[in-house]
Amino acid sequence: MAGLLHLHSTLLPSASLLRQRGGGGAQAAAPRRRRACRVEAKIREIFMPALSSTMTEGKIVAWNAAEGDRLSKGDPVVVVESDKADMDVETFHDGFLAAVLVPAGESAPVGSAIALLAESEEEIPLARSQAANLSSSSAAPPPATQETVPEESSLAPPPPPPPAPVAASAPSPATQGGARVVASPYAKKLAKELSVDLFSVTGSGPGGRVVAKDVEAAAASPTKAAAAPVAAARPDVPLGSTVPFTTMQGAVSKNMVESLAVPTFRVGYTITTDALDQLYKKIKSKGVTMTALLAKATAMALVQHPVVNSSCRDGQSFTYNSSINIAVAVAIDGGLITPVLQDADKLDIYTLSRKWKELVEKARAKQLQPQEYNSGTFTLSNLGMFGVDRFDAILPPGTGAIMAVGSSQPTVVGTKDGRIGMKNQMQVNVTADHRVIYGSDLAAFLQTLSKIIEDPKDLTF
Amino acid sequence: MSLSTAAVVAGGAVRPDAIRPADLRFCGLRREALGIRLLSASPQAAAAAKRKVLAAAATGNGAAGSAGFDYDLVIIGAGVGGHGAALHAVEKGLKTAIIEGDVVGGTCVNRGCVPSKALLAVSGRMRELQDEHHMKSLGLQVSSSGYDRQSVADHANNLASKIRSNLTNSMKSLGVDILTGFGTVVGKQKVRYGKVGFPDNEITARNIIIATGSVPFVPKGIEIDGKTVFTSDHALKLESVPDWIAIVGSGYIGLEFSDVYTALGSEVTFVEALDQLMPGFDPEIAKLAQRILINPRKIDYHTGVFASKITPAKNGKPVLIELIDAKTKEHKETLEVDAALIATGRAPFTKGLGLENMNVVTQRGFIPVDERMQVMDADGNAVPNLYCIGDANGKLMLAHAASAQGISVVEQISGKDNILNHLSIPAACFTHPEISMVGLTEPQAREQADQEGFEISVVKTSFKANTKALAENEGDGIAKMIYRPDTGEILGVHILGLHAADLIHEASNAIALGTRVQDIKLVVHAHPTLSEVLDELFKAAKVTGIPQAVSEPVAA
Repeated sequence: MAGLLHLHSTLLPSASLLRQRGGGGAQAAAPRRRRACRVEAKIREIFMPALSSTMTEGKIVAWNAAEGDRLSKGDPVVVVESDKADMDVETFHDGFLAAVLVPAGESAPVGSAIALLAESEEEIPLARSQAANLSSSSAAPPPATQETVPEESSLAPPPPPPPAPVAASAPSPATQGGARVVASPYAKKLAKELSVDLFSVTGSGPGGRVVAKDVEAAAASPTKAAAAPVAAARPDVPLGSTVPFTTMQGAVSKNMVESLAVPTFRVGYTITTDALDQLYKKIKSKGVTMTALLAKATAMALVQHPVVNSSCRDGQSFTYNSSINIAVAVAIDGGLITPVLQDADKLDIYTLSRKWKELVEKARAKQLQPQEYNSGTFTLSNLGMFGVDRFDAILPPGTGAIMAVGSSQPTVVGTKDGRIGMKNQMQVNVTADHRVIYGSDLAAFLQTLSKIIEDPKDLTF
Repeated sequence: MSLSTAAVVAGGAVRPDAIRPADLRFCGLRREALGIRLLSASPQAAAAAKRKVLAAAATGNGAAGSAGFDYDLVIIGAGVGGHGAALHAVEKGLKTAIIEGDVVGGTCVNRGCVPSKALLAVSGRMRELQDEHHMKSLGLQVSSSGYDRQSVADHANNLASKIRSNLTNSMKSLGVDILTGFGTVVGKQKVRYGKVGFPDNEITARNIIIATGSVPFVPKGIEIDGKTVFTSDHALKLESVPDWIAIVGSGYIGLEFSDVYTALGSEVTFVEALDQLMPGFDPEIAKLAQRILINPRKIDYHTGVFASKITPAKNGKPVLIELIDAKTKEHKETLEVDAALIATGRAPFTKGLGLENMNVVTQRGFIPVDERMQVMDADGNAVPNLYCIGDANGKLMLAHAASAQGISVVEQISGKDNILNHLSIPAACFTHPEISMVGLTEPQAREQADQEGFEISVVKTSFKANTKALAENEGDGIAKMIYRPDTGEILGVHILGLHAADLIHEASNAIALGTRVQDIKLVVHAHPTLSEVLDELFKAAKVTGIPQAVSEPVAA
């Protein structure tokens, strides 16, 4: 009954009654008894448990502990949402939560590692570097910092903040020092999701307040357009000298020469991207990238035109591929590689975006496995982020077609009813092997693709 | 046995029968409470009190103004508590008058439950229409949703007027005298009423019930201007929808308003003195409520801070709220917002009631009462013929608790002893999704279990497993039950989810009637309905011990 009283007479909070459960055991950060450090170092993995017989994947609702927290056996560490309910998952060992591999808001398959537990504090940096190597990591901070700060990247991962009440009590950075930023609640949330520094945003609200649209504008201003991550800065080329090819450059050269033996032709198409841009804006906050959207649209068009997904391996027959694997050209330091989104037609856009993020990180770290870059059946190449409006790409051997995507630019167009209007348009140009793909096949494919992009409601499945 | 002796003595029209199990369960009467009460208190005093009550009832029953009194019952305050008591009194044949100095219906009808539910209905629909993802998943398209603030405010106001006139008419048609003015108790069984400061009319009544209710509590340092810094009284008029509003207090009132304001397009910041939001709720429910009602919405919060000073907006400057750490009292930060709603609880409205004439001293404004709602004086004795119900006594500040207490008092003055079991009274918070509860929270149950030496068990079920909830695509929610595995006694039930406020009654009924889990396990629930959520809870509970025969009568 006293509890019911508290609802209505917060005049007399009975602090003792309320501190009892202390937030439902979520405060694993409270220091426990001192532990002697063991000699043998051990980094344990915390796995996504199977919470029911039908569960295949679980979504992490919230982490009850932060990286660097000490945990005792039996402490609830993470809250997982299964197909039936939300469950607290406990740790089976004492230790320190060294690295969170799957942040809150994301899912992981049952049995996969979602966090690393270090036995002693010294092993935390070791665990962190291990986490950086593990492919499924998407929030592995550098060993120096003790907090989970989402990685600044143009691919915007959006983990919702864990509900530890003490930590979240002052979400604004304002109180430190003299500098203060007044931002509305939604602006603060967006800034966190989109990794925008509130101090760098000028506020347009009453009294100079930072509001949501200011944060969105700040997030959008660095190159929003395109897909493939910006190439790493190239080192200065030593002018006046001869530098031999690296292995990768040698491979590229070999492939390009081989492609000369293939009879290719090109078909171009202009696609209006207003609807796609709008969709992108809407679901950007969920981690979806333009690359993923284009890959998904392409895959869906390929479903209807399987011959464009075929190739000619021996000069005498059609090799119809059973899966649609979209390879996307990525410029990396010193070269070019094509990570592959397998079965792009079968995955939903969010999973596709996640997979793309993982692939890019692996590519950057030069950790891609062969089947992750040579199993493509159709290739996408995007130079739009440089402002290129159109180009044509060279067909990689072993595939049937490659699509070169230019930037989306506002263009003055004449509409059907005789008026003049403004639309965002992008030019795509497909190079295809004429031994297996004929003009009408390619044209039909491009028509389907443009229909999908101009009416993208099915892309979000 | 003192009770039966008293019955013989009085011989009144309403005979308090020998203690049958059925009687013990009426209105959630706690048989243990009754038994212990009569045994531990001085039997003679208790018997004397009973005899007096019963004698009074016997002679005065039904006769108008008998034994020289103008009325059998005068109620000061025509809010929900007073109204409930008045209706029941008439049913029992008592000549009743009710004194109201402001508007009939009191807080609930005019400044509380009624207009707030109207606004919440609007906000619920608004939220649904704006949730494109939700609509799309059902296959619906909504072109554009908007609202007209004045029409929304009118809906709430009109509803309040309608209910107010319904209440007034219901009392008038039953013959209750509605007297206008502020009432004061001037002496034993004597009440004066009239304009404030001019209590000109005096009436006598055999019994008096004080039901003056409460007003929003505003801590010191906070300056109210009714436009930019205001309480729930002003907010319910919905004169404006601010872009950014700070809500001081994260109890159910603050929470409901955050639901309304965020649905209408505002952003909200909570300022909470304790370290956790929603401190009055079961902690597990509060955690999930935060995930569903706060995190995904445009709401942020500051906990562990007091708003030490709030200055209304003027000359183009925003409302300034200075926050200090609740423990160290040092300044933490100053918020600049468009509006501030003060929802820090309610203070009883008991000044000027003339209580000092009866040697009654209020505690922080609340009128002390015993478990029968009899007013206790400064020496700890029950003041005869004087009762206090509802928010004014602070026992359980809910509308339906006030009317239940009123009914309990009327039962007593009609000759039938009655002690209301407050643990069987449900409470609800009408956010989207709703939250409801009855009985103890898990920490309270554990504390009681530790003190009294029994075990408790907890079962939980998710709305995700419920067909109807999934059909509506509203699978967010949880229901939990705390019970004794040895006896099957239900200690508390908490629900967060679609229609939680309606679903709780199965559980509150069970607690009121003393129904045990094993008795209710095999009861059939229609499929597919949300009530199956509770069915799951009952079926999941395991009662292991030898059940004590709870329904046996108290030994004489």
